[in-house]
Amino acid sequence: MHTVLTRGNATVAYSLSVLAGLTFCCFISTVFLDYRTDANIKTVRVLVKNVPDYGASRQKHDLGYVTFDLETNLTNIFNWNVKQLFLYLTAEYETAANQLNQVVLWDKIILRGDNAVLDFKNMNTKYYFWDDGNGLKDNKNVTLSLSWNIIPNAGLLPSVRSTGKHIFKFPSEYASSI
Amino acid sequence: MGLASILQVDEMLGDFNRMNKRQSLYQVLSFAMIVSSALMIWKGLMVVTGSESPIVVVLSGSMEPAFHRGDLLFLTNYKEEPVRVGEIVVFKVEGRDIPIVHRVIKLHEKEDGTVKFLTKGDNNNVDDRGLYAPGQLWLTKKDIVGRARGFLPYVGIITIFMNEYPKVKWAILSILAIFVLLHRE
Repeated sequence: MHTVLTRGNATVAYSLSVLAGLTFCCFISTVFLDYRTDANIKTVRVLVKNVPDYGASRQKHDLGYVTFDLETNLTNIFNWNVKQLFLYLTAEYETAANQLNQVVLWDKIILRGDNAVLDFKNMNTKYYFWDDGNGLKDNKNVTLSLSWNIIPNAGLLPSVRSTGKHIFKFPSEYASSI
Repeated sequence: MGLASILQVDEMLGDFNRMNKRQSLYQVLSFAMIVSSALMIWKGLMVVTGSESPIVVVLSGSMEPAFHRGDLLFLTNYKEEPVRVGEIVVFKVEGRDIPIVHRVIKLHEKEDGTVKFLTKGDNNNVDDRGLYAPGQLWLTKKDIVGRARGFLPYVGIITIFMNEYPKVKWAILSILAIFVLLHRE
């Protein structure tokens, strides 16, 4: 004769192991998928100013001002183990002071079920494009790229960079700060 | 029928009374075995992942809707792996006991490999400079506890519950301990 305790214990243990097994299947079924897609990025307006960065050092730093077009279709990335995409637009460049600079200019959260066909025109950046010094003026090689961090229901958290990128340069003169 | 008879406590105590010295010693040893293997697994994970805390529980809603309170994150912290923008890092700030889980949004790396970066929670409107120690503008590699690599929902809610109600924690732990010590295979 089994006691209430042993019956309860067996039920809970069995349901937990079924749940764990299903979760593992969900994880393993999506772990080898390729999540790369193309994205079309273009800059519209590009300016650079030299203004004091009160958020950081209070010294005058280069502040980039960029508006951009973005077009991509991420519908195919979603599957049963993608809860959310965290999209971010990164500007990557080299300066005399730093070998690598990465600044996120814009980001967006797309939940499963949301519209994943994006077509933005003349968007403003969400974050300030501060350089860590004065390395933006006349910078000939700034790469804009779109990446997404996949948040699963359970599993790995891969970050994927889109195949399309856009290279632009900053003007050689500061825009008058208004 | 009282609770004691449902759980057959008297039978369990009877079990205990019928045990001889050798058997009770065996029970104590198997209990010690459970505790030490848990410790071994944790320390082993620390070695494999390179992180001082390979599994963390999300304690705040600052990364919602990606991570909610009680979700579990698996971390690695390999020294040779560079930090990049978009990664979710767990970092410690001087003067705060609890590590923070946020995303890197800005990064500057010098030629010699020294790197400084700024973080922000997905659900916060501003970056983390207000959370850092007074006067601190950037995080560096030494502040990192780990980078999030794996995600498991809900499981950590048990530890949050236990930390909020320590009495429940001790009750559960002692019941488990008594069960392991008294129960005969």
